[in-house]
Amino acid sequence: MTLHEGGLWGLRVSALVLVVGFAIGPIAWQLITSFKTDAALVRLPPFWPEPWTTANYEAVVQEPSLLRVLMNTLIVAGCSTACSLVLGACAAFSLSVLRIRGAQWILAGVLAVSMFPPIATVSPLYLVVRFLGLRDSLLALILLDSTFALPLGIWVMANFFRNLPPEVYAAARVDGCSVSGAFVRVVLPLSAPGLFATAILVFIFAWNEFLLALTITVTTASRTVPVAIAMFPGLHEIPWGEIAAASIVMTTPIVVLVFFFQRRIIEGLTMGSVKG
Amino acid sequence: MIAVRRRTQVAFVAPALILLSGVTVYPLLHVVWLSLRRRLLIFDIDRFVGLSNYRRLLGDDRFLSALANTAYFCGVSVALELVLGVSVALVLNRVRRARGVVMAIVLLPWAIPTVVSAKMWAWMFSADYGVLNYLLGRPVNWLGSPFWALNAAILMDVWKTTPFVVLLVMAALKEIPEDLYRAVRVDGAGRIGTFWYVTLPLVAPMLVIVAVFRTLDAVRVFDAVFVLTGGGPAGTTETLSVYAYELLFQTLQFGYGSTVALSVFLIALLLTGGYLLVLRRLPSRL
Repeated sequence: MTLHEGGLWGLRVSALVLVVGFAIGPIAWQLITSFKTDAALVRLPPFWPEPWTTANYEAVVQEPSLLRVLMNTLIVAGCSTACSLVLGACAAFSLSVLRIRGAQWILAGVLAVSMFPPIATVSPLYLVVRFLGLRDSLLALILLDSTFALPLGIWVMANFFRNLPPEVYAAARVDGCSVSGAFVRVVLPLSAPGLFATAILVFIFAWNEFLLALTITVTTASRTVPVAIAMFPGLHEIPWGEIAAASIVMTTPIVVLVFFFQRRIIEGLTMGSVKG
Repeated sequence: MIAVRRRTQVAFVAPALILLSGVTVYPLLHVVWLSLRRRLLIFDIDRFVGLSNYRRLLGDDRFLSALANTAYFCGVSVALELVLGVSVALVLNRVRRARGVVMAIVLLPWAIPTVVSAKMWAWMFSADYGVLNYLLGRPVNWLGSPFWALNAAILMDVWKTTPFVVLLVMAALKEIPEDLYRAVRVDGAGRIGTFWYVTLPLVAPMLVIVAVFRTLDAVRVFDAVFVLTGGGPAGTTETLSVYAYELLFQTLQFGYGSTVALSVFLIALLLTGGYLLVLRRLPSRL
């Protein structure tokens, strides 16, 4: 290694450290904050918690609404994922494998719909949800979240299906499968990675969705994680330590998903936007 | 090709399209209708007023300031995200060891809820006890000063959404054939020349696509500003979505609020049209 190359290598490593530090720094600080006592929060330095305390976590876990909020979010995200995966896969199948006439137009329309700003549709949605008596219900959130995630699902899965060799579907049909038989027994199993990538993306989307959840929820009965964090109760001063602990607890599922499935997530995200 | 009845094709695609029309297309038409009415939920007032809500927009200082804030937020954050996104993608592209862990860490800001990141940054921005001022060694009133507050929201947005840009740019970089780099090197191009004449032009179409996604997201920015600053101090960070939300759900003006909300849609539509023109002028990919 020449001196010049050594310098370049050093530059690259420091750039990498900078990037990783910038990405994880705020999250790390939140973690550090969550272990500080109230008294330590208003002193800086010391940088590290002195003494370490788990009081914030204890306070958050003892809060009865925590479990409610986590369950709500899990139900909403889980059901929305299932719902948009089923509907999205069927639609994508018709658009790519079955080559419905006007598929290009339908895909373009779906893409256009996905670019609607939620704020532009939230007032009628609120009126309709109120009219149907579905305010403060998980059902309304599931319905809205799965629809808003549908365009992404349709695009990602249509791209995955299109990448399958066409003979696969044809062979299944020749062998006597019905259209839906070929779909369920051949096309779906072969696109399992694509379905999985879509599922993770929709799950993260529904877990994080804020505007609709904020408008539709009234009480803790249907409150989801983002709403709970945004409305974190504080009597006089903002309880930063407890907010930090609650954020850590409530985003751990997402962090775990990212660490286990980063390749799938990346694959899904690029599939959803590139091949257009 | 094996024949499929049209009815079957339609049956597969219909449920999704019906749901999409019901939950996104219908409300959009409804919002246009609402924007032509004076509707106050508390007083039971609901009557047709024609275009008067639109006339009101033009004389509404709060709307104009929200429009300016949104434009500033959008322009600065998207520009920063594109520049940073390309730079970070070039850095990460070289990573061989522990690539999975590095990519997962870089993805984290994108994956955690915006609300959570807004709270996280609000705590770091705290004027008295915030870690940012501690690291800087000087007291900046991040969220309390009209100048810094909007820029603070931009900083948070850049932190949160640059990973998305990075991913897509990396996908585009992967498509550039290695031979091309070799050929350029043989021709005697340096690193900067290679970047300027090979990498950037080949990544450009992807950058336009990313810019579309990011711009449309930034135009409707809500969570980040609503939770980080609540539109304050004194409305200096209020964006169109935040203003529309307050009109709709805090003062319950469903007519005028819908007009403001619809303006976000119309701006998004205009910008999409503009980008499509740009995309059409770019040479198609290799």
